Amino acid sequence: MIDERPFSRRDLLRLAMTAGTASLAGACGWQGGPLLPLLRGVSRVNDVVGEKVLLSSHRLAPQYPVSARTPERYFPAYSITHPLPQLAEPSAWTLEVGGLVRKPMRLTLEMLQALPRVTYTVKHHCVEGWSAIATWTGAPVSSVAALAEPTAAARYLRFDTFDRGYFNGWDLKSAMHPQTILAYAFNDRPLTPAHGAPLRLYSPVKLGYKLTKYLTKMSFTAERPGGYWEDQGYPWLGGV
Amino acid sequence: MTEPSDETPLEEDPELPQEAPTAAEEPPPAPLVAPAEPVEPEASDPEPAPAPPERRPLVKRHHGIVRLTHWLNTVLLAGMIASGLQIYHAFPHFGLRGGPYYLNHWDGRYFPRWARLGGWLAGGLNWHFALAWPFVLTGLLYLVYLLVSGEWRSLLFRPSDVPRAWQMQLYYLRLRKEHPPQGKHNALQKAAYSLIFVLGVLSVLTGFAVYKPVQLSWLTAAFGGYELARYWHFWAVWVFVAFIVVHVALVLLVDPASLRAMITGWYRGRFPSHD
Repeated sequence: MIDERPFSRRDLLRLAMTAGTASLAGACGWQGGPLLPLLRGVSRVNDVVGEKVLLSSHRLAPQYPVSARTPERYFPAYSITHPLPQLAEPSAWTLEVGGLVRKPMRLTLEMLQALPRVTYTVKHHCVEGWSAIATWTGAPVSSVAALAEPTAAARYLRFDTFDRGYFNGWDLKSAMHPQTILAYAFNDRPLTPAHGAPLRLYSPVKLGYKLTKYLTKMSFTAERPGGYWEDQGYPWLGGV
Repeated sequence: MTEPSDETPLEEDPELPQEAPTAAEEPPPAPLVAPAEPVEPEASDPEPAPAPPERRPLVKRHHGIVRLTHWLNTVLLAGMIASGLQIYHAFPHFGLRGGPYYLNHWDGRYFPRWARLGGWLAGGLNWHFALAWPFVLTGLLYLVYLLVSGEWRSLLFRPSDVPRAWQMQLYYLRLRKEHPPQGKHNALQKAAYSLIFVLGVLSVLTGFAVYKPVQLSWLTAAFGGYELARYWHFWAVWVFVAFIVVHVALVLLVDPASLRAMITGWYRGRFPSHD
């Protein structure tokens, strides 16, 4: 037999409060309202855990055979500027390396191609959830850093572009990872404008939005740089 | 509301078989527990106390930690699912770019705005990654409580529960008249509560596999790679949803008194026995 009054008024009130909280949170694509700063704060904690605990400086991303490449027509390419950002005078392009370094410099594409060459076929992870496989070739960021000699105060890297203010901030640990490169080739051919020509950042340890295309400048900083998407709320570390 | 001052002890003799309350301390079993000979339904109250004979005794059913983690989990799981559906919105397919994409009823489809939390991809991600920690901590607190209190014994589905689960299923299908004897939970409940805990663990593990597929590449590989880990992570949602629908329906249809027990801890209903 079931009790006729299985709950008291107080019980129903408590239940209503619980259900109310849950449905409030689920309602209408809510971003967080007054909780937004808290969510950003937790995101920063996740960045620190991701960099200090989960990221390894020497663990390499798995590599794939060339036959596993995603057909190029299915490999998406995003940019802020439309039509695609293109240089008026490609031969005049240089990469500026500056900030907290002892030897600021400008590197031409030929100089970058003369540095140690890293090639790998890896999986690309987009924050949206898609993945695709391609081969990338370039010079390790750590080789460029060795030339420019960052000072002890340098803790971050900022990458700037000619794609209408798109920029990114990186932690040095990810930037100095052996698979983090300044890439000038995609699937064995020079980068096309769709993939960031003439030079883009690439690394299989980061999500796609951290892999800055259309590079113009790389600066070592003491303060944490933001980023185009990061400043709008995307996780800053973006490590995978 | 008056509550008995002497709480029922939470720890029972761990060796005790589930359908055999110690005869020395327990009142004669309720009719559902001992269907062997006909017993007058309400004659099972031998207490000399002047309590009205038709009211069952109020028994302590759920410890505060169980109630806290249950309702925390209700809110957190709702938030995890809603923010997860927001994340799904950004790429509603499974499999490498270019396809073929895995079998999925929702392939290329979007979930309604009311079911999504975060407003856009970054918002969904931030909610998902913020709620994930309390979700894990709530699960760990519950697990520690089950282990320390010994309560896991009344919840863990074991091989000996298989025939009991079958009998319970027959009863639900009306192929068996009497309710099978049971302890705190019947065998089907044990199966459901054991499976849902395993599902919680799997959803956390597949979540980490999708979150850090390179740093935790061993974990991602264990689920068949990034694309499959993401696929299993999505399917966990639908098992959760199915569980919640059946769970809530059975509470309301079969044992509404258990809802009060999950809120206040006290139970006065059809299945008063303890394990």
